Amino acid sequence: MLLQTGFIYFATVIVVCALMVITRKNPVHSVLFMLPLFFHVAGIFIMLNAEFVAAVQVLVYAGAIMVLFLFVVMLLNIQKERVRPRVGLKWTFTAPLGLTLFGFLVAILVRSQYNGTQGSFTIEAVKQIGNSQAIGQVLYTDFLFPFEVASVILLVAMVGAIVLAKKRLD
Amino acid sequence: MVPISHILILAGMIFALGVVCVFAHRNILMILIGVEIMLNAAGLAFVAGSMRWGMPEGQIFVLFLMAMAASEVSVGLALVVYLHKRKRSVNIDDFNEMKD
Amino acid sequence: MGIIDLLVLTIYIVAGGALIMVFTLLNTAYLTYYERKVMAHMQQRLGPMHTGYHGLLQPLADGLKLFFKEDIIPSQADKAVFILAPLMGLIPAFISFAVVPFGPKFTVMGHEVPLYLADLNISLLYVLALSSMGAYGIIMAGWSSNSKYALMGGLRSSSQVISYEIAMGLSLISVLMMSGSLSLVEITKAQAGAGLLGILPNWNVFCQPVAFIIYLIASIAETNRAPFDLPEAENELVAGFHVEYSGMRFAYFFMAEYANMLMVSCLAVVLFLGGWNPIIPRSVFEMVPGLGGYIGFIGDPAVWWFIIKLYAYFFLFLWFRATLPRLRYDQLMKLGWKIMLPVALANILVTGIVMTFLN
Repeated sequence: MLLQTGFIYFATVIVVCALMVITRKNPVHSVLFMLPLFFHVAGIFIMLNAEFVAAVQVLVYAGAIMVLFLFVVMLLNIQKERVRPRVGLKWTFTAPLGLTLFGFLVAILVRSQYNGTQGSFTIEAVKQIGNSQAIGQVLYTDFLFPFEVASVILLVAMVGAIVLAKKRLD
Repeated sequence: MVPISHILILAGMIFALGVVCVFAHRNILMILIGVEIMLNAAGLAFVAGSMRWGMPEGQIFVLFLMAMAASEVSVGLALVVYLHKRKRSVNIDDFNEMKD
Repeated sequence: MGIIDLLVLTIYIVAGGALIMVFTLLNTAYLTYYERKVMAHMQQRLGPMHTGYHGLLQPLADGLKLFFKEDIIPSQADKAVFILAPLMGLIPAFISFAVVPFGPKFTVMGHEVPLYLADLNISLLYVLALSSMGAYGIIMAGWSSNSKYALMGGLRSSSQVISYEIAMGLSLISVLMMSGSLSLVEITKAQAGAGLLGILPNWNVFCQPVAFIIYLIASIAETNRAPFDLPEAENELVAGFHVEYSGMRFAYFFMAEYANMLMVSCLAVVLFLGGWNPIIPRSVFEMVPGLGGYIGFIGDPAVWWFIIKLYAYFFLFLWFRATLPRLRYDQLMKLGWKIMLPVALANILVTGIVMTFLN
């Protein structure tokens, strides 16, 4: 009962925030509406007993990525979007597109069976050792190679960003 | 427990909103934000699946997703700054040439 | 879970939250007094003397003054963001205190009462996530004021906070490797007892001195304090991001700044200085007759040890402020990225190697 109420609250806030992000004219307001969205997604993660992912979600998305966005929006001082003739059509074109996509997704979800074998990573098993320990154990054994690849991707991104942002060497 | 189908429907809704955000805006920053919304929807679906089937893979994948999102955003925003320096604009309609 | 249990839990959380709020507010108020007094004596002045005994009521007077000041919103400001910004600074700073373990569990009338509100297995990540929220208040204030001084201050501050957060996080990793847990309670417990040579306590500051120094520098930079106070350098930027704020909204920023300082000090005490573990072990006191093992000493002694360490750590902040000149912007960035980050990474490597060989 409590969980259901909580879920409805989180879901409502997420959807409203996403709508606000899309409809705001000023990019700074859009970026700021992303903040509650991330927090409430983290809230759903906690409801699903994934505390570690929830904390990392807030730390990475809200703490780093959105700060970067806000920083760039402020640095470039981007004003409201210029309205162009073809932009006038945007809601009449994109709103049906979004609704159609959502309809397809729901149609697929309604037909799904949700069967399959249960893994050993059940809520009780995770509660015994703690969520972060459980994730750490899997991450550094079975997923060690993907983990290293992810770190290489981050390194490449870092080098790329520095090269792009650097002033030309004369 | 909240049934998985409800969470997946929510994820689908957020994903559709992300797609709308990408298509509705001409501003590169708003397009990147739309991509972030879609990535969040994917993460939500992964965690829901991870809990429904008792598999750690879902949560691990969300961590990789975040690493990917972080690198995507850093390169993307560096590009935005670079393009803004060259053309004084962040509107994608202004970047319609292959050269310069 | 029955309705009674739920009610008890709710009361416990609300009462605990209120207690922590009171503790935090009192401490933030008296940190300003402590700062003014210490700074004054370092500069051979007296500091506040008139309000109450040796100026003890000064924080109260300051608060009242700010409360009655006129609240001005600039006409060209983005109103919603302008109003939201101080709260974005204040709220994360206060709610992060929920996981700070001020003392161990003690028994009152047969009930076990912990001296912390929550013991999450992700406590440290929770604190880091909330401390990274602090940048939003500053950026939002800087942008929404529609003033170039405020904007400059906001931009400087956000780049500073982002840069130093990395070094801070990396310095904490070596501590986590030692204790093997993200829970602040577990980290404190891992530091109990005697450590190196049997004389020094088993605190992380003795095993991880490099990490402690990096954390110290990064925590000062993170809270925008001198010598890293570029975002609010009075003689360059007027007052940085909060130039346009007045009255209570200014007071919120002020409180958020001090609450953040209190938070990084609490974290330093828990992670490096042994948390609630006593400075002088209990056995020393038990040797003195008549003290009764100092158990009846105003509540639980563990809390007092915690507070003593907290103020000792905070003294370092004031010491730096009184003695060091402000860094230039490029020096700040160079220190963060070219010195602290590599040293923190090397420290993790060395810790890993030593731990592998010792086990």
